[in-house]
Order: sequence, then C-alpha cells, then structure tokens
Amino acid sequence: MIEVTDLTKRYGRTTAVDRLSFTVRPGQVTGFLGPNGAGKSTTLRLILGLNAPTSGTATIHGRSFRSLPRGLREVGALLDAGDVHGGRSGRSHLLALARSNAIPSARVDEVLAEVGLTGAARRRIGEYSLGMKQRLGIAGALLGDPPVLLFDEPLNGLDPEGVRWVRGLLRKLAAEGRTVLLSSHLMSEMEHTADQLVVIGRGRLLAAGSLAELTARTGSLEQTFLDLTADAADHRTIADHRAGDLR
Amino acid sequence: MTPRFHHLLAAEWTKFWSLRSIRWVLGVSVLAMLAVNLRSAQYVYAGYRPGDTFHPQNAFDTAFTLVGADLLLLVTASVGAMVSVSEYATGLLRTTFVAVPHRRAVLTAKAAVVTGVMTGYGLLISGLSFWLTQALLAGRHIGLSVTAPGAVRFIAATALFAPVCALVGLCLGVLLRHGAATVVAGVLVLFMLPSLCTDTHAWTAAVKHAMPFNAWRFLTQIDVTNQLPSPHPASILLSWAAYLGWALAATVTAVVVADRRDL
Repeated sequence: MIEVTDLTKRYGRTTAVDRLSFTVRPGQVTGFLGPNGAGKSTTLRLILGLNAPTSGTATIHGRSFRSLPRGLREVGALLDAGDVHGGRSGRSHLLALARSNAIPSARVDEVLAEVGLTGAARRRIGEYSLGMKQRLGIAGALLGDPPVLLFDEPLNGLDPEGVRWVRGLLRKLAAEGRTVLLSSHLMSEMEHTADQLVVIGRGRLLAAGSLAELTARTGSLEQTFLDLTADAADHRTIADHRAGDLR
Repeated sequence: MTPRFHHLLAAEWTKFWSLRSIRWVLGVSVLAMLAVNLRSAQYVYAGYRPGDTFHPQNAFDTAFTLVGADLLLLVTASVGAMVSVSEYATGLLRTTFVAVPHRRAVLTAKAAVVTGVMTGYGLLISGLSFWLTQALLAGRHIGLSVTAPGAVRFIAATALFAPVCALVGLCLGVLLRHGAATVVAGVLVLFMLPSLCTDTHAWTAAVKHAMPFNAWRFLTQIDVTNQLPSPHPASILLSWAAYLGWALAATVTAVVVADRRDL
C-alpha cells in the first residue's frame, strides 16, 4: 500500500506537487493520470525518496522509502528506461543491482528470460532500442520480487506485442496481490489495464476512484480526462481552445 | 539473506569492472607511464660515464618522473570522476538509489571500491616502474634495489598518490555531475593549484605542502642533499597527513552532498 498525504514539492516559486493526497491499494492496478507537467513523475520521485518533499509525507507500507536499508525487495520501479549506463551489458546492469540487494545471480537470468532479453543480455545497453530498454527497466523492477511496483510510462517505445505483454504482466502482478501504480498518457491502455484511477493536474488531485465510477457519466475515459483537466492543462493548443469555444 | 555492506561493495565492484572505458584507460595509462619513466632512465643510462658523481636521488627521479606523476594524477582523478559522473550524467544514480535508499552506504561503498582498486593500480604501476627503471640502470651499476634506503617510502608514496587523486575526482564528480566540468575542476585543483602556491609565508607554505602533488614530491625526495633549503619546509609526517586529509575530506563531502541533494 502506498499512502500520499498532503504531499507538496516547490521548486522556487513553482509548485510541482500541491497538497496531494491519495492511497494506492494492493491487488489492483492503479492508473496515475495527468497532463504533461502535472507533477506525476515528481510525485513518483517523492514516493521513492529521490526528491525530498517540501511538506507532507509519502509512505510505503507505513514507512518512508528512505528509511529502508534496501529497496528492491520492497519496491520495484521503472521511472525512466534511460536511467542506465549505455556502456554496460544488460546483464551486468542487473547483476550490479542484484548484488546490492543480496539477490542471487540466478534471479537475473530469470527476469531476463521473463522480459524476453535473454538473447540480448550480453550486448551493451547503448545498442538497445527504447523498447528493449523498457524491458530491461521492467526486469530491474521485478528483480526483487517486490510487493509494490511503480511504472512511469512503461509502454513508450514498445511494439504492439510488447504493449500486450506489459498489460498482461501488470494484471498478473495485481492479481498476485501486489500494489501496482501505473502512470501513462495512453487512455485506451488505462481502460484496458487499470482498476482504480488517480487524476492530477497542476500538482493537485482532480479525481480518484474506480474506472467504472470515473467513466460512468461521459462513457469514455478520454472524455472524462479531458473534462477533468480542461483547466489544469498547460499545453492546450489553440485548436483545442477553438474546439472548446464552439462546444 | 539480509543485504549487508559487502553486498554494496560487490555491486560497486561489478559496476566498476563492467565499464569497458575504465578498463581501457587503466591499461593504456600503465603503458604510457612506463614508457615515460623508462625513457628517462634510458637517458640517464646513455649519459652516464663510469666515475661520474651520481646521487641515489638521480636514480629515484627516473623511477617515477614528474611527467609520470602528472599522468598518474590525471588518469586516477579521471577514473574517480568517471565513477560518480557516469551515474549522475546517465541518470543511473536514480536506479541505484531506488535499489538502495541508504545513499550514504552507496557512496561509502563507491569510495571504498575506488580506494581499493586505485591502491592496487598505484602499487602495480609504482612497483613495476621502479623495478624496470632500476633494472635498466643496473646495467651501469647505478640502479637501486627495493631494499635501498627510502625505496619503500618512494614506492608507497607513488602508489597511494593514486587513490588520493581518484577520491578527489569522485568527489568533484558528485559536486559537479558533469564530465567535462569535473575534469577541468580536477586539473585546476590537483594540477594548477599546487604550482600557484609559494612557501614565502608560513601559511602559504602550509597550503602548498598540503597539496597532494606537492606531498608526493616531498615524500619521493629521499636524498635532500642537493635541495635548496626552504624557509618553511614540509615534513614527512605532514605529507602523509595531507594524503589522508584529502582522501577523507573528499569522501565525506561526496557522501554528505549525495545524501542531501534531490535527483
């Protein structure tokens, strides 16, 4: 379980996350939605202790992430598939992560097989496509067999087969009773994958609830999202505004 | 199995040796330094005539030359910088800290691995260079053996110069997080600063003697009969203390800064 309470992060005058509170429960996939710049990635980094909050708390099973001695067995996370060193092989990258958490190296080969990278394991990550890097990041998240998983845009760069695979994987992880938080821009994917939704805009909570609740009125998640974030989006185009005027 | 500190050491060890660039830099630099020092020994060998006055220091000076030490400084500081910058610049450090939220332990393990590997590397290049140059000079019966007075200090001071510079590089990498900026800063601090300091006043002399490069020079001056006397001379003990001081200050700064900063 992930609990975010009155979480606030300010950078100088900009407030990236503004008194945000929500709960992510186990056994479900919780979708984390918001327009570009809404503060999704910052929130994930605050949950993982990479950034220190200005105020408020984020806890995992009641404890702040920074207080854990080792992370991989508690939380698996894919924040950015680019957070790797291109000079290492995929296997060396995972091996170093595994060693830091006292995970046996046999587990590295297991997760490599699970994400379909066994054949590319000894190639340099710099030669990987974005889709392969996403798979490597997912392998890293699965390494410690953690009860809590966070994924930030895991579908970027994946081919249709890969998208379907990730969807199945996330459903499976949730069905095993794990807590799964998935941030994505892809509304159709969310409709396929998420049970619960947390929608934020300009760092604030706009809506939280089950997929069915949130789409009941408009009939589609995309329309619900656009309605909810109409005032909170920073990057609406002129065409969007004109379309809004005509409505 | 509960993860312990030695698991972090194993992880950092794996990361260090899985970078091809680091292995190349270490391998090629050993050859470059040996070439520079052997060239100097060969020059002394060719110029020596039986009956010439010859001080042991002349033999020591070929065992590890000033140019060789400059190279050692640049290479080790760069390798230390690569260890930290490669994580910051690529974003890998985020992955590392999500795997191990205890940041101080991660940075301590990094510093420990850098210290260990660079001490080994320093010993290898220092011992090998001493042995090969003196073996060459032995052809003129002017080579020193490792049992000669001061030889052990010479080899140790050169060997330990490597981890000191590497830790300063690692620390600058944590502070600046950018490859080119870190190398420039390393050159300024370790290479330029020592030559700007004079020993005219007691305090400027203290600063001068505390520079790692100057400490190395003092520790490797085994025979000081031909040296100009300084009004504020350095001492052996303070030169070793300068090594230790820089190593500790660099490590503590890296650990504290990485622990406090957002990523």
